Amino acid sequence: MSNPISVAFKKARAENRPALLTYTVAGDSSKKQSLNILKAISKNADILELGVPHNTPVADGSQIQTSAYRAIKKGIKINDIFRIVRDFKKFDKNKPIILMGYYNMIFQYGANNFLNKCKTSGVNGLIVVDLPWPENKDFAKKCKKKSIYFIQLLSPTTTSKRLKEIIQNSHPMNYFISMLSTTGGKLKVSPLEILKNYNRIKKINPKKEIVIGFGITDKTIGKLKSADGLVVGSAICKEITRSLNSRQNPVTNVGKLVRKLKNRIK
Amino acid sequence: MKLKKGVPVIDQGNSLGFWGGKFGGNFVPETLKKPIEDLEILFNKLKKDKKFITERDKYFKNWVGAPTRFIKLENLTNHIGGAQIWSKVVSDANGGAHKIYNATVHCLLAKRSGKKIICGDTGAGYAGKMLSMAAKKFGLKCKIFMGAKDIARQQPNVKAMKKNGAEVIPVYSGSQTLVDAVSECMRFWVANCDTTAMCVGSTVGPAVFVRICGWSTSQISRELKVQLIYEFGSIPKKLKLYNCVGGGSSSFGFWNEFMDYDKKQVEFIGVEAGGPKKSKKHAAPLTYGSKIGILHGAAQYVNQNSDGQIEETESISAGLDYPGISPLHCFLKDTKRARYTAASDEEALNAYKLVTKFEDLRPSLEPSHAFFVALKEAKKLSKDTVVVINSCGDAYKDRGILEQRLGKKYVKSN
Ligand SMILES: Cc1ncc(COP(=O)(O)O)c(C=O)c1O
Repeated sequence: MSNPISVAFKKARAENRPALLTYTVAGDSSKKQSLNILKAISKNADILELGVPHNTPVADGSQIQTSAYRAIKKGIKINDIFRIVRDFKKFDKNKPIILMGYYNMIFQYGANNFLNKCKTSGVNGLIVVDLPWPENKDFAKKCKKKSIYFIQLLSPTTTSKRLKEIIQNSHPMNYFISMLSTTGGKLKVSPLEILKNYNRIKKINPKKEIVIGFGITDKTIGKLKSADGLVVGSAICKEITRSLNSRQNPVTNVGKLVRKLKNRIK
Repeated sequence: MKLKKGVPVIDQGNSLGFWGGKFGGNFVPETLKKPIEDLEILFNKLKKDKKFITERDKYFKNWVGAPTRFIKLENLTNHIGGAQIWSKVVSDANGGAHKIYNATVHCLLAKRSGKKIICGDTGAGYAGKMLSMAAKKFGLKCKIFMGAKDIARQQPNVKAMKKNGAEVIPVYSGSQTLVDAVSECMRFWVANCDTTAMCVGSTVGPAVFVRICGWSTSQISRELKVQLIYEFGSIPKKLKLYNCVGGGSSSFGFWNEFMDYDKKQVEFIGVEAGGPKKSKKHAAPLTYGSKIGILHGAAQYVNQNSDGQIEETESISAGLDYPGISPLHCFLKDTKRARYTAASDEEALNAYKLVTKFEDLRPSLEPSHAFFVALKEAKKLSKDTVVVINSCGDAYKDRGILEQRLGKKYVKSN
């Protein structure tokens, strides 16, 4: 059986569009609400990234930090996150879920334990922001044994030699960081420039799915349509914050935003 | 786990930057891999380059002011009535603390790499002040990240940074202290590593920053070795080196040249911040048995909960108020080369009172932690034991806190 992540890319390709990946923080702004948000967006999103909130996130900008602090303050624990994934999968069992987080959380849980829990709750992929190549070799191998994709990050600073090495050793999906930035930064390079870098990476092995993330909003997503997949995170977290501040329902508002994003790439 | 003899400790990490196979490393976002590798190549080359060493030594001597004094605290020795009590007055250094060594070296490296901007973190404000001084000297633009709580409690250093033309960026996230300042500084570097160099303010962060900082502060023990031989004719048979430990840069630098001596002859005692007596919070991961975790790119003993969230710390001294600790010190602890203990806020204040009562020396709150433990232990030690405390910072920056906690008379002559 193939990993639902690969199925999602195939499906999007058949519809002649990039896959839409969303990022929300688990437990933002409560366990129940973050589950409801996933349910509300699953119709329009192809792959759901779920952030594991950490309180010293060195690669995240203010929007995702705000979401993470909010979730932690409400008392979210790793086991709650697995529960959210499990409950979501009861609702939509084929929708792929990727957990994204920092390595200390996995390290404290125990890598093997963590992966067992991923498997039983239905996690399909992992992104570990601060576990780069080659430090991630062993962990990626463990993921493979469980048929969980370990998703490698690639950046504009990654040298050609390194790109080749990482991609050669990678699982079917990788993540290209659009620009030098933490999450949530304004797009400071043109979509054309981003796609040029993307194509350079894509050429190394066209079979690998490459998604682009960082700085993508409903304003810019349409210009990057030729990629395999596009990730929107901070813009969604910001919408949750905005909804809470104006006493509106984040679930409906995020649902609407994701529908809009989907329409822009159709 | 074993400490090798004849190899500098900063060079004892494995190919992935782990000391003892498990402390340190490079847990960084992909974007930083290249700038870190570039910095590693540059540093590894320059630390063997005689011209670069000569340049460094010239700045250390003429600008930083080397050597800093090594003095006997006669009155305290008489008062305590045990071991001989000495101090290495590192606060003599330009700017008033040991942070000047690392700041100078980072600016020299930044110049060599063609960077025009340098960013750094600070807690007590010394790392930031010194980076602003060095940046000004070497013509670099300077950005300092500092927790909002620390900005409020270390105003004299904030003023100094601004006077030197640095931009001080307040950090409001988390506990608004050093840990958040380092995170924010790393984020800034992630987004600007093409134009900007980063200086990490202590022996923490990704492995190369630990190494550069340890290499820089080792100036302290190079001087001390010469001074000890001058005073005693040779390295004393019973020597004890006390130093406060925040991130661990002053202590590592104070000990490095004595690493290969038997610990029965030269003992290292690191003093962490125990926090307020009544509080459960502390900044003493080595003393209170914190578990290994990852913070700011390195594996280390760190205060954290069972989920791996970093825990808030509490200490009267902003410079020690950090939940983690240098991988170098984790290594020295596990190889048993150094011994670690903690002093509380109140104990540090008492030591400050005692030192200033008997001596013409005003250690800041950070070294006051080390003075407390040293003076307590010195009482029980023989007269031929030489106790040396690194007075690595000057109390001028703490005048607000000292006045509030001890009253006006403890700050009047500053
Ligand atoms: C005077 C002084 N001592 C000690 C420290 C603690 O840092 P480290 O352990 O790196 O020496 C600081 C940090 O700001 C400081 O300003």
